[in-house]
Amino acid sequence: MKPINTDEIRADFPILRREIAPGVPLIYLDSTATSQKPDTVIQAMDQYYRVYNANIHRGVHTLAEEATAAYEKARETVADFIGAGSAREIIYTRNTTEAINLVAMTWGRANLQSGDTVVLTEMEHHSNLVPWQLIAAERNLKLEFIEVTPNGLLDLDSYRKLLQDHPKLVAFAHISNVLGTINPAKEIIALAHQAGSVTMVDAAQSVPHIQVNVQDLDTDFLAFSAHKMCGPTGIGVLYGKKQLLDGMPPFMGGGDMIKRVYLRTFAPNEVPHKFEAGTPAIAEAIGLGAAVRYLQSVGMEAVAQHEHEMISYALERLEEVPGVKIFGPTADKKGGVASFTLSGIHPHDVAQILDRDGIAVRAGHHCAMPLHDKFNITATTRASFYLYNTTHEIDQLIEGLYKVKQIFG
Amino acid sequence: MEDLYRELIIDRYKNPLYRGTLDPNDITFQDDNPLCGDHIQIDLRVNGDGRVQEGTFDGHGCAISQASADLLVESIMGKTLEEVKQLTKQDVLDLLGIELGPVRLKCALLSLKVLKAGVYGLGEASDDLIEA
Repeated sequence: MKPINTDEIRADFPILRREIAPGVPLIYLDSTATSQKPDTVIQAMDQYYRVYNANIHRGVHTLAEEATAAYEKARETVADFIGAGSAREIIYTRNTTEAINLVAMTWGRANLQSGDTVVLTEMEHHSNLVPWQLIAAERNLKLEFIEVTPNGLLDLDSYRKLLQDHPKLVAFAHISNVLGTINPAKEIIALAHQAGSVTMVDAAQSVPHIQVNVQDLDTDFLAFSAHKMCGPTGIGVLYGKKQLLDGMPPFMGGGDMIKRVYLRTFAPNEVPHKFEAGTPAIAEAIGLGAAVRYLQSVGMEAVAQHEHEMISYALERLEEVPGVKIFGPTADKKGGVASFTLSGIHPHDVAQILDRDGIAVRAGHHCAMPLHDKFNITATTRASFYLYNTTHEIDQLIEGLYKVKQIFG
Repeated sequence: MEDLYRELIIDRYKNPLYRGTLDPNDITFQDDNPLCGDHIQIDLRVNGDGRVQEGTFDGHGCAISQASADLLVESIMGKTLEEVKQLTKQDVLDLLGIELGPVRLKCALLSLKVLKAGVYGLGEASDDLIEA
Protein backbone atom coordinates (compact mmCIF):
# COMPACT_ATOMS: atom_id res chain seq x y z
CA MET A 1 0.00 0.00 0.00
CA LYS A 2 1.33 3.43 -0.97
CA PRO A 3 0.41 5.89 1.80
CA ILE A 4 -1.35 9.09 0.82
CA ASN A 5 0.78 12.10 -0.03
CA THR A 6 -1.63 14.95 0.71
CA ASP A 7 0.38 17.47 -1.32
CA GLU A 8 -0.09 15.32 -4.42
CA ILE A 9 -3.75 14.58 -3.64
CA ARG A 10 -4.59 18.22 -2.94
CA ALA A 11 -3.17 19.25 -6.30
CA ASP A 12 -5.87 17.09 -7.93
CA PHE A 13 -8.69 19.16 -6.39
CA PRO A 14 -8.98 22.64 -7.93
CA ILE A 15 -11.37 23.92 -5.25
CA LEU A 16 -8.73 23.41 -2.57
CA ARG A 17 -6.75 26.27 -4.13
CA ARG A 18 -9.59 28.66 -3.40
CA GLU A 19 -9.51 31.35 -0.73
CA ILE A 20 -12.64 32.11 1.31
CA ALA A 21 -11.44 35.70 1.79
CA PRO A 22 -8.19 37.32 0.64
CA GLY A 23 -5.39 35.42 2.37
CA VAL A 24 -7.80 32.95 4.02
CA PRO A 25 -7.51 29.51 2.39
CA LEU A 26 -10.40 27.06 2.41
CA ILE A 27 -10.19 24.38 5.09
CA TYR A 28 -12.83 21.91 4.01
CA LEU A 29 -13.95 19.66 6.87
CA ASP A 30 -17.42 18.76 5.55
CA SER A 31 -16.83 15.79 3.26
CA THR A 32 -19.47 13.74 5.04
CA ALA A 33 -22.03 16.17 3.60
CA THR A 34 -20.39 16.13 0.18
CA SER A 35 -16.84 15.57 -0.99
CA GLN A 36 -14.84 17.82 -3.29
CA LYS A 37 -14.19 16.72 -6.89
CA PRO A 38 -10.85 16.02 -8.56
CA ASP A 39 -9.97 17.38 -12.02
CA THR A 40 -10.39 13.96 -13.65
CA VAL A 41 -14.07 13.81 -12.65
CA ILE A 42 -14.79 17.35 -13.80
CA GLN A 43 -12.96 16.70 -17.07
CA ALA A 44 -14.75 13.40 -17.76
CA MET A 45 -18.12 15.13 -17.53
CA ASP A 46 -16.91 18.14 -19.48
CA GLN A 47 -15.65 15.90 -22.25
CA TYR A 48 -18.98 14.11 -22.53
CA TYR A 49 -20.75 17.44 -23.08
CA ARG A 50 -18.09 18.81 -25.42
CA VAL A 51 -17.31 15.74 -27.50
CA TYR A 52 -19.96 13.01 -27.44
CA ASN A 53 -23.14 14.39 -25.86
CA ALA A 54 -26.06 12.21 -26.99
CA ASN A 55 -28.92 10.27 -25.50
CA ILE A 56 -28.19 6.65 -24.72
CA HIS A 57 -29.61 3.22 -25.63
CA ARG A 58 -31.69 4.54 -28.54
CA GLY A 59 -29.65 6.23 -31.22
CA VAL A 60 -27.37 4.33 -33.57
CA HIS A 61 -25.16 7.26 -34.52
CA THR A 62 -21.57 7.54 -33.37
CA LEU A 63 -22.28 9.93 -30.50
CA ALA A 64 -25.07 7.71 -29.19
CA GLU A 65 -22.85 4.65 -29.35
CA GLU A 66 -20.03 6.45 -27.54
CA ALA A 67 -22.34 7.85 -24.87
CA THR A 68 -24.00 4.47 -24.33
CA ALA A 69 -20.63 2.75 -24.08
CA ALA A 70 -19.33 5.29 -21.54
CA TYR A 71 -22.52 5.10 -19.46
CA GLU A 72 -22.41 1.30 -19.37
CA LYS A 73 -18.64 1.20 -18.85
CA ALA A 74 -19.12 3.29 -15.71
CA ARG A 75 -21.60 0.69 -14.48
CA GLU A 76 -18.95 -2.01 -14.91
CA THR A 77 -16.38 0.15 -13.11
CA VAL A 78 -18.78 0.55 -10.16
CA ALA A 79 -19.57 -3.19 -10.12
CA ASP A 80 -15.87 -3.99 -10.01
CA PHE A 81 -15.26 -1.40 -7.26
CA ILE A 82 -17.81 -2.90 -4.85
CA GLY A 83 -17.22 -6.52 -5.87
CA ALA A 84 -20.64 -7.11 -7.46
CA GLY A 85 -20.97 -10.35 -9.44
CA SER A 86 -22.41 -8.55 -12.47
CA ALA A 87 -22.80 -4.98 -13.72
CA ARG A 88 -26.51 -5.76 -14.08
CA GLU A 89 -26.78 -5.70 -10.29
CA ILE A 90 -25.89 -1.99 -10.39
CA ILE A 91 -28.93 0.31 -10.67
CA TYR A 92 -28.28 4.01 -11.20
CA THR A 93 -30.45 6.21 -8.99
CA ARG A 94 -30.33 9.90 -8.09
CA ASN A 95 -28.65 9.24 -4.76
CA THR A 96 -28.66 6.96 -1.71
CA THR A 97 -32.06 8.30 -0.68
CA GLU A 98 -33.67 7.38 -3.98
CA ALA A 99 -32.05 3.93 -3.89
CA ILE A 100 -33.55 3.22 -0.46
CA ASN A 101 -36.93 4.58 -1.55
CA LEU A 102 -36.75 2.34 -4.62
CA VAL A 103 -36.34 -0.74 -2.43
CA ALA A 104 -39.08 0.38 -0.04
CA MET A 105 -41.55 1.12 -2.84
CA THR A 106 -40.86 -1.94 -5.02
CA TRP A 107 -39.44 -4.78 -2.94
CA GLY A 108 -41.31 -3.42 0.09
CA ARG A 109 -44.69 -3.19 -1.59
CA ALA A 110 -44.28 -6.67 -3.10
CA ASN A 111 -43.09 -8.38 0.08
CA LEU A 112 -44.26 -6.55 3.21
CA GLN A 113 -47.68 -7.37 4.66
CA SER A 114 -49.66 -6.05 7.60
CA GLY A 115 -48.03 -7.02 10.89
CA ASP A 116 -44.56 -7.65 9.39
CA THR A 117 -41.56 -6.24 11.21
CA VAL A 118 -38.78 -4.06 9.76
CA VAL A 119 -35.68 -3.59 11.92
CA LEU A 120 -33.71 -0.33 11.68
CA THR A 121 -31.27 1.31 14.10
CA GLU A 122 -31.47 4.39 16.29
CA MET A 123 -28.52 5.94 14.43
CA GLU A 124 -30.11 6.06 10.98
CA HIS A 125 -29.97 9.04 8.67
CA HIS A 126 -33.49 10.21 7.82
CA SER A 127 -33.03 8.67 4.37
CA ASN A 128 -33.01 5.17 5.87
CA LEU A 129 -35.84 5.98 8.25
CA VAL A 130 -38.57 7.96 6.52
CA PRO A 131 -38.97 5.62 3.48
CA TRP A 132 -39.68 2.78 5.92
CA GLN A 133 -42.04 4.97 7.93
CA LEU A 134 -43.96 5.67 4.71
CA ILE A 135 -44.31 2.00 3.77
CA ALA A 136 -45.00 1.11 7.43
CA ALA A 137 -47.97 3.49 7.47
CA GLU A 138 -49.21 2.14 4.15
CA ARG A 139 -48.86 -1.54 5.10
CA ASN A 140 -49.34 -1.37 8.87
CA LEU A 141 -45.81 -2.63 9.59
CA LYS A 142 -44.00 -2.74 12.92
CA LEU A 143 -40.76 -0.72 13.00
CA GLU A 144 -38.20 -1.83 15.58
CA PHE A 145 -34.82 -0.30 16.35
CA ILE A 146 -31.44 -1.67 17.33
CA GLU A 147 -30.40 0.45 20.30
CA VAL A 148 -27.37 2.69 20.36
CA THR A 149 -25.14 2.43 23.45
CA PRO A 150 -23.95 5.61 25.27
CA ASN A 151 -20.56 5.31 23.54
CA GLY A 152 -22.21 5.23 20.12
CA LEU A 153 -22.13 1.55 19.21
CA LEU A 154 -25.01 -0.68 18.16
CA ASP A 155 -26.23 -2.90 20.98
CA LEU A 156 -26.12 -6.31 19.33
CA ASP A 157 -27.91 -7.94 22.28
CA SER A 158 -30.94 -5.76 21.56
CA TYR A 159 -30.57 -6.78 17.91
CA ARG A 160 -30.58 -10.50 18.70
CA LYS A 161 -33.80 -10.06 20.66
CA LEU A 162 -35.44 -8.26 17.74
CA LEU A 163 -34.47 -11.08 15.40
CA GLN A 164 -36.54 -13.54 17.43
CA ASP A 165 -39.53 -11.85 15.81
CA HIS A 166 -38.19 -12.89 12.35
CA PRO A 167 -38.29 -9.43 10.74
CA LYS A 168 -38.78 -9.31 6.98
CA LEU A 169 -36.04 -6.71 6.59
CA VAL A 170 -33.03 -5.37 8.48
CA ALA A 171 -31.82 -1.97 7.19
CA PHE A 172 -28.88 -0.12 8.73
CA ALA A 173 -26.11 2.39 8.14
CA HIS A 174 -22.70 0.85 7.51
CA ILE A 175 -21.03 3.96 8.97
CA SER A 176 -22.96 6.55 10.98
CA ASN A 177 -22.87 10.03 9.46
CA VAL A 178 -22.93 11.57 12.95
CA LEU A 179 -21.04 9.22 15.25
CA GLY A 180 -18.72 7.83 12.60
CA THR A 181 -19.30 4.37 14.05
CA ILE A 182 -18.26 1.58 11.70
CA ASN A 183 -20.99 -0.97 12.32
CA PRO A 184 -20.16 -4.70 12.13
CA ALA A 185 -22.05 -5.07 8.86
CA LYS A 186 -20.98 -8.62 8.06
CA GLU A 187 -22.13 -9.89 11.45
CA ILE A 188 -25.41 -7.94 11.32
CA ILE A 189 -26.14 -9.37 7.86
CA ALA A 190 -25.23 -12.95 8.79
CA LEU A 191 -27.51 -12.79 11.83
CA ALA A 192 -30.31 -11.30 9.72
CA HIS A 193 -30.02 -14.07 7.15
CA GLN A 194 -30.12 -16.72 9.89
CA ALA A 195 -33.43 -15.19 10.98
CA GLY A 196 -34.69 -15.23 7.38
CA SER A 197 -34.50 -11.44 6.90
CA VAL A 198 -33.51 -9.52 3.81
CA THR A 199 -30.79 -6.87 4.37
CA MET A 200 -30.36 -3.30 3.14
CA VAL A 201 -27.12 -1.43 3.86
CA ASP A 202 -26.98 2.37 3.72
CA ALA A 203 -23.39 2.61 2.53
CA ALA A 204 -23.40 6.37 1.84
CA GLN A 205 -20.60 6.87 4.38
CA SER A 206 -18.72 3.60 3.84
CA VAL A 207 -18.21 3.11 0.10
CA PRO A 208 -16.39 6.48 -0.20
CA HIS A 209 -14.10 5.78 2.75
CA ILE A 210 -13.34 2.06 3.16
CA GLN A 211 -13.09 -0.96 0.89
CA VAL A 212 -16.60 -2.42 0.57
CA ASN A 213 -17.24 -5.78 -1.07
CA VAL A 214 -20.91 -6.66 -1.46
CA GLN A 215 -20.28 -10.35 -1.99
CA ASP A 216 -18.10 -10.55 1.11
CA LEU A 217 -20.77 -8.72 3.10
CA ASP A 218 -23.39 -10.94 1.44
CA THR A 219 -25.94 -8.12 1.68
CA ASP A 220 -29.11 -8.26 -0.38
CA PHE A 221 -29.22 -4.51 -1.07
CA LEU A 222 -26.69 -1.70 -0.63
CA ALA A 223 -26.95 1.98 -1.54
CA PHE A 224 -24.52 4.88 -1.92
CA SER A 225 -24.12 8.30 -3.57
CA ALA A 226 -21.48 9.49 -6.03
CA HIS A 227 -21.16 12.98 -4.58
CA LYS A 228 -19.70 11.75 -1.31
CA MET A 229 -16.95 9.83 -3.13
CA CYS A 230 -15.36 12.51 -5.34
CA GLY A 231 -18.15 12.19 -7.93
CA PRO A 232 -20.97 14.52 -9.03
CA THR A 233 -24.34 15.12 -7.41
CA GLY A 234 -27.44 13.68 -9.05
CA ILE A 235 -26.30 10.09 -9.26
CA GLY A 236 -26.26 7.23 -6.79
CA VAL A 237 -26.25 3.47 -6.88
CA LEU A 238 -28.47 0.69 -5.71
CA TYR A 239 -26.75 -2.68 -5.61
CA GLY A 240 -29.13 -5.64 -5.36
CA LYS A 241 -28.72 -9.38 -5.72
CA LYS A 242 -29.94 -10.13 -9.21
CA GLN A 243 -32.45 -12.74 -8.14
CA LEU A 244 -34.15 -10.18 -5.90
CA LEU A 245 -34.03 -7.42 -8.53
CA ASP A 246 -35.54 -9.76 -11.14
CA GLY A 247 -38.49 -10.43 -8.86
CA MET A 248 -39.22 -6.80 -8.05
CA PRO A 249 -41.84 -4.68 -9.84
CA PRO A 250 -40.60 -1.54 -11.64
CA PHE A 251 -40.11 1.70 -9.71
CA MET A 252 -41.05 4.52 -12.09
CA GLY A 253 -42.66 4.16 -15.49
CA GLY A 254 -41.45 5.68 -18.74
CA GLY A 255 -38.93 5.24 -21.50
CA ASP A 256 -36.08 2.72 -21.33
CA MET A 257 -37.73 0.67 -18.57
CA ILE A 258 -40.04 -1.13 -21.00
CA LYS A 259 -39.68 -4.03 -23.36
CA ARG A 260 -43.03 -3.49 -25.13
CA VAL A 261 -45.81 -1.00 -24.64
CA TYR A 262 -49.46 -1.31 -25.60
CA LEU A 263 -52.15 1.29 -25.04
CA ARG A 264 -53.30 -0.24 -21.77
CA THR A 265 -50.39 -2.39 -20.61
CA PHE A 266 -46.65 -2.80 -20.88
CA ALA A 267 -43.96 -5.46 -20.47
CA PRO A 268 -41.01 -4.27 -18.34
CA ASN A 269 -37.43 -4.32 -19.56
CA GLU A 270 -34.79 -6.43 -17.83
CA VAL A 271 -32.55 -5.28 -14.97
CA PRO A 272 -30.90 -2.87 -14.60
CA HIS A 273 -32.96 -0.90 -17.16
CA LYS A 274 -36.25 -1.92 -15.53
CA PHE A 275 -35.41 0.54 -12.74
CA GLU A 276 -34.00 3.36 -14.89
CA ALA A 277 -37.01 5.10 -16.42
CA GLY A 278 -36.43 8.13 -18.62
CA THR A 279 -33.23 9.79 -19.75
CA PRO A 280 -30.83 9.26 -16.84
CA ALA A 281 -28.00 11.40 -15.48
CA ILE A 282 -25.59 10.41 -18.27
CA ALA A 283 -22.80 12.90 -17.60
CA GLU A 284 -23.07 12.12 -13.90
CA ALA A 285 -22.78 8.36 -14.45
CA ILE A 286 -19.65 9.02 -16.49
CA GLY A 287 -18.42 11.28 -13.67
CA LEU A 288 -19.10 8.52 -11.14
CA GLY A 289 -17.02 6.13 -13.22
CA ALA A 290 -14.17 8.65 -13.22
CA ALA A 291 -14.51 9.11 -9.45
CA VAL A 292 -14.23 5.38 -8.87
CA ARG A 293 -11.16 5.18 -11.07
CA TYR A 294 -9.65 8.08 -9.12
CA LEU A 295 -10.25 6.35 -5.78
CA GLN A 296 -8.90 3.09 -7.22
CA SER A 297 -5.74 4.86 -8.35
CA VAL A 298 -5.20 6.16 -4.80
CA GLY A 299 -6.26 2.86 -3.24
CA MET A 300 -9.06 2.45 -0.73
CA GLU A 301 -6.73 0.95 1.85
CA ALA A 302 -4.65 4.13 1.71
CA VAL A 303 -7.78 6.30 1.93
CA ALA A 304 -9.01 4.42 5.01
CA GLN A 305 -5.57 4.53 6.64
CA HIS A 306 -5.25 8.27 6.04
CA GLU A 307 -8.69 8.95 7.49
CA HIS A 308 -7.86 6.81 10.51
CA GLU A 309 -4.79 8.98 11.10
CA MET A 310 -6.89 12.11 10.71
CA ILE A 311 -9.63 11.04 13.13
CA SER A 312 -7.13 9.77 15.70
CA TYR A 313 -5.33 13.12 15.64
CA ALA A 314 -8.59 15.12 15.61
CA LEU A 315 -10.04 13.30 18.62
CA GLU A 316 -6.78 13.72 20.53
CA ARG A 317 -6.69 17.46 19.82
CA LEU A 318 -10.43 18.01 20.44
CA GLU A 319 -10.18 16.37 23.85
CA GLU A 320 -7.64 19.03 24.85
CA VAL A 321 -10.20 21.80 24.40
CA PRO A 322 -12.09 22.56 27.64
CA GLY A 323 -15.87 22.24 27.21
CA VAL A 324 -15.72 19.97 24.17
CA LYS A 325 -17.83 16.82 24.31
CA ILE A 326 -17.30 14.29 21.52
CA PHE A 327 -20.01 11.85 20.45
CA GLY A 328 -19.38 8.35 19.17
CA PRO A 329 -16.81 5.63 19.79
CA THR A 330 -13.02 5.78 19.98
CA ALA A 331 -10.93 6.21 16.83
CA ASP A 332 -10.36 2.48 16.32
CA LYS A 333 -14.11 1.93 15.83
CA LYS A 334 -14.92 4.92 13.68
CA GLY A 335 -14.43 6.59 10.32
CA GLY A 336 -13.35 10.19 9.76
CA VAL A 337 -16.30 11.90 11.46
CA ALA A 338 -16.02 13.98 14.66
CA SER A 339 -19.30 15.36 16.02
CA PHE A 340 -19.02 17.43 19.17
CA THR A 341 -20.58 20.14 21.28
CA LEU A 342 -18.85 23.09 22.88
CA SER A 343 -20.31 23.82 26.29
CA GLY A 344 -22.75 26.77 26.30
CA ILE A 345 -22.27 27.67 22.62
CA HIS A 346 -24.71 26.65 19.91
CA PRO A 347 -23.17 24.65 17.01
CA HIS A 348 -24.47 27.18 14.48
CA ASP A 349 -22.48 29.91 16.22
CA VAL A 350 -19.43 27.67 16.32
CA ALA A 351 -19.69 26.98 12.59
CA GLN A 352 -20.31 30.63 11.74
CA ILE A 353 -17.23 31.82 13.59
CA LEU A 354 -15.06 29.03 12.15
CA ASP A 355 -16.19 30.08 8.67
CA ARG A 356 -14.50 33.46 9.15
CA ASP A 357 -11.23 31.56 9.18
CA GLY A 358 -12.20 29.62 6.08
CA ILE A 359 -13.04 26.47 8.06
CA ALA A 360 -16.08 24.63 6.67
CA VAL A 361 -17.82 22.37 9.18
CA ARG A 362 -21.43 21.28 9.46
CA ALA A 363 -23.72 22.29 12.31
CA GLY A 364 -27.14 20.88 13.07
CA HIS A 365 -28.79 17.50 13.47
CA HIS A 366 -27.17 16.09 10.30
CA CYS A 367 -30.44 14.47 9.18
CA ALA A 368 -30.42 12.26 12.27
CA MET A 369 -32.87 13.91 14.66
CA PRO A 370 -33.80 10.72 16.57
CA LEU A 371 -30.13 10.07 17.33
CA HIS A 372 -29.72 13.60 18.70
CA ASP A 373 -32.87 13.08 20.80
CA LYS A 374 -31.30 9.91 22.15
CA PHE A 375 -28.28 11.86 23.35
CA ASN A 376 -30.50 14.71 24.62
CA ILE A 377 -28.97 17.34 22.36
CA THR A 378 -30.50 19.44 19.63
CA ALA A 379 -27.44 19.81 17.45
CA THR A 380 -23.74 19.12 17.12
CA THR A 381 -20.83 20.58 15.21
CA ARG A 382 -19.37 18.03 12.84
CA ALA A 383 -15.89 18.03 11.34
CA SER A 384 -15.32 15.27 8.81
CA PHE A 385 -12.23 14.20 6.92
CA TYR A 386 -11.32 12.76 3.57
CA LEU A 387 -8.23 11.85 1.61
CA TYR A 388 -7.24 15.50 1.03
CA ASN A 389 -7.31 16.69 4.66
CA THR A 390 -4.19 17.32 6.73
CA THR A 391 -3.24 17.48 10.40
CA HIS A 392 -2.41 21.15 9.80
CA GLU A 393 -6.09 21.73 8.98
CA ILE A 394 -7.08 20.01 12.23
CA ASP A 395 -4.70 22.32 14.10
CA GLN A 396 -6.49 25.27 12.44
CA LEU A 397 -9.83 23.87 13.60
CA ILE A 398 -8.62 23.63 17.19
CA GLU A 399 -7.24 27.15 17.05
CA GLY A 400 -10.61 28.27 15.67
CA LEU A 401 -12.45 26.64 18.56
CA TYR A 402 -10.33 28.56 21.05
CA LYS A 403 -11.28 31.75 19.20
CA VAL A 404 -14.96 30.80 19.48
CA LYS A 405 -14.56 30.31 23.21
CA GLN A 406 -12.81 33.65 23.50
CA ILE A 407 -15.64 35.47 21.70
CA PHE A 408 -18.26 33.87 23.94
CA GLY A 409 -16.13 34.58 27.02
CA MET B 1 -19.19 1.79 -41.26
CA GLU B 2 -19.36 -0.15 -44.57
CA ASP B 3 -18.33 -3.17 -42.51
CA LEU B 4 -21.64 -3.12 -40.68
CA TYR B 5 -23.47 -3.58 -43.96
CA ARG B 6 -21.11 -6.01 -45.62
CA GLU B 7 -22.53 -7.96 -48.50
CA LEU B 8 -23.37 -11.04 -46.45
CA ILE B 9 -25.62 -9.09 -44.10
CA ILE B 10 -27.49 -7.26 -46.85
CA ASP B 11 -27.82 -10.50 -48.81
CA ARG B 12 -29.20 -12.48 -45.88
CA TYR B 13 -31.52 -9.61 -44.98
CA LYS B 14 -32.95 -9.41 -48.52
CA ASN B 15 -32.85 -13.11 -49.34
CA PRO B 16 -32.97 -15.08 -46.10
CA LEU B 17 -32.57 -18.86 -46.39
CA TYR B 18 -34.44 -19.77 -43.22
CA ARG B 19 -37.33 -17.35 -43.03
CA GLY B 20 -40.65 -18.97 -42.22
CA THR B 21 -42.45 -20.87 -39.48
CA LEU B 22 -42.74 -24.55 -38.63
CA ASP B 23 -46.05 -26.09 -37.65
CA PRO B 24 -45.94 -28.46 -35.89
CA ASN B 25 -42.66 -27.74 -34.10
CA ASP B 26 -40.81 -29.01 -31.04
CA ILE B 27 -39.51 -25.64 -29.91
CA THR B 28 -40.86 -22.17 -30.57
CA PHE B 29 -40.02 -18.87 -28.93
CA GLN B 30 -40.31 -15.15 -29.68
CA ASP B 31 -39.15 -11.88 -28.16
CA ASP B 32 -38.63 -8.18 -28.88
CA ASN B 33 -35.77 -5.76 -28.78
CA PRO B 34 -37.31 -2.64 -27.24
CA LEU B 35 -34.60 -0.39 -28.69
CA CYS B 36 -35.34 -0.83 -32.40
CA GLY B 37 -38.65 -2.66 -32.16
CA ASP B 38 -37.07 -5.79 -33.66
CA HIS B 39 -39.12 -8.93 -33.30
CA ILE B 40 -37.84 -12.48 -33.77
CA GLN B 41 -39.56 -15.86 -33.60
CA ILE B 42 -37.59 -19.07 -33.98
CA ASP B 43 -39.18 -22.51 -34.55
CA LEU B 44 -37.23 -25.79 -34.39
CA ARG B 45 -37.88 -29.44 -35.09
CA VAL B 46 -35.62 -31.83 -33.20
CA ASN B 47 -34.94 -35.45 -34.23
CA GLY B 48 -34.71 -38.53 -31.99
CA ASP B 49 -30.98 -37.92 -31.27
CA GLY B 50 -31.75 -34.49 -29.86
CA ARG B 51 -30.31 -32.76 -32.92
CA VAL B 52 -31.83 -29.79 -34.72
CA GLN B 53 -33.39 -31.18 -37.90
CA GLU B 54 -35.23 -28.14 -39.18
CA GLY B 55 -35.31 -24.54 -38.14
CA THR B 56 -36.87 -21.24 -39.17
CA PHE B 57 -37.04 -17.65 -38.01
CA ASP B 58 -39.71 -15.09 -38.57
CA GLY B 59 -40.16 -11.47 -37.55
CA HIS B 60 -39.25 -7.96 -38.56
CA GLY B 61 -36.62 -5.41 -37.76
CA CYS B 62 -33.29 -4.02 -38.84
CA ALA B 63 -30.95 -5.80 -41.25
CA ILE B 64 -28.56 -6.72 -38.44
CA SER B 65 -31.26 -8.45 -36.38
CA GLN B 66 -32.78 -10.33 -39.31
CA ALA B 67 -29.51 -11.39 -40.94
CA SER B 68 -28.19 -12.49 -37.58
CA ALA B 69 -31.27 -14.70 -37.07
CA ASP B 70 -30.91 -16.24 -40.53
CA LEU B 71 -27.20 -17.00 -40.03
CA LEU B 72 -27.80 -18.32 -36.53
CA VAL B 73 -30.51 -20.76 -37.57
CA GLU B 74 -28.31 -21.95 -40.42
CA SER B 75 -25.40 -22.51 -38.03
CA ILE B 76 -27.33 -24.82 -35.72
CA MET B 77 -28.58 -27.30 -38.29
CA GLY B 78 -27.58 -30.78 -37.11
CA LYS B 79 -26.31 -29.50 -33.78
CA THR B 80 -27.45 -31.04 -30.49
CA LEU B 81 -29.54 -28.93 -28.14
CA GLU B 82 -26.66 -29.10 -25.66
CA GLU B 83 -24.38 -27.54 -28.25
CA VAL B 84 -26.96 -24.84 -28.93
CA LYS B 85 -27.06 -24.00 -25.22
CA GLN B 86 -23.31 -23.37 -25.30
CA LEU B 87 -23.52 -20.71 -28.03
CA THR B 88 -22.22 -17.30 -26.99
CA LYS B 89 -22.33 -13.69 -28.04
CA GLN B 90 -18.98 -14.19 -29.75
CA ASP B 91 -20.35 -17.03 -31.90
CA VAL B 92 -22.98 -14.68 -33.31
CA LEU B 93 -20.45 -11.90 -33.88
CA ASP B 94 -18.23 -14.41 -35.69
CA LEU B 95 -21.15 -15.38 -37.93
CA LEU B 96 -21.81 -11.73 -38.77
CA GLY B 97 -18.12 -10.93 -39.07
CA ILE B 98 -18.52 -7.41 -37.70
CA GLU B 99 -17.81 -5.42 -34.56
CA LEU B 100 -20.76 -3.73 -32.86
CA GLY B 101 -21.24 -0.99 -30.30
CA PRO B 102 -23.48 -1.54 -27.28
CA VAL B 103 -26.66 -0.27 -28.93
CA ARG B 104 -26.54 -2.42 -32.07
CA LEU B 105 -25.27 -5.43 -30.13
CA LYS B 106 -28.81 -5.76 -28.79
CA CYS B 107 -30.08 -6.10 -32.37
CA ALA B 108 -27.52 -8.74 -33.27
CA LEU B 109 -28.09 -10.82 -30.16
CA LEU B 110 -31.88 -10.88 -30.10
CA SER B 111 -31.96 -14.09 -32.14
CA LEU B 112 -29.49 -15.83 -29.80
CA LYS B 113 -31.58 -14.78 -26.82
CA VAL B 114 -34.74 -16.13 -28.47
CA LEU B 115 -33.04 -19.36 -29.53
CA LYS B 116 -31.56 -20.11 -26.11
CA ALA B 117 -34.74 -19.19 -24.22
CA GLY B 118 -36.59 -21.67 -26.46
CA VAL B 119 -34.03 -24.46 -26.10
CA TYR B 120 -33.83 -24.00 -22.33
CA GLY B 121 -37.64 -23.97 -22.21
CA LEU B 122 -37.81 -20.68 -20.34
CA GLY B 123 -40.99 -18.72 -19.85
CA GLU B 124 -39.21 -15.47 -20.53
CA ALA B 125 -36.07 -14.45 -22.42
CA SER B 126 -33.32 -12.93 -20.31
CA ASP B 127 -30.14 -10.99 -21.03
CA ASP B 128 -28.42 -13.62 -18.83
CA LEU B 129 -28.54 -15.91 -21.88
CA ILE B 130 -26.26 -13.65 -23.92
CA GLU B 131 -23.95 -12.27 -21.25
CA ALA B 132 -20.96 -14.56 -21.72
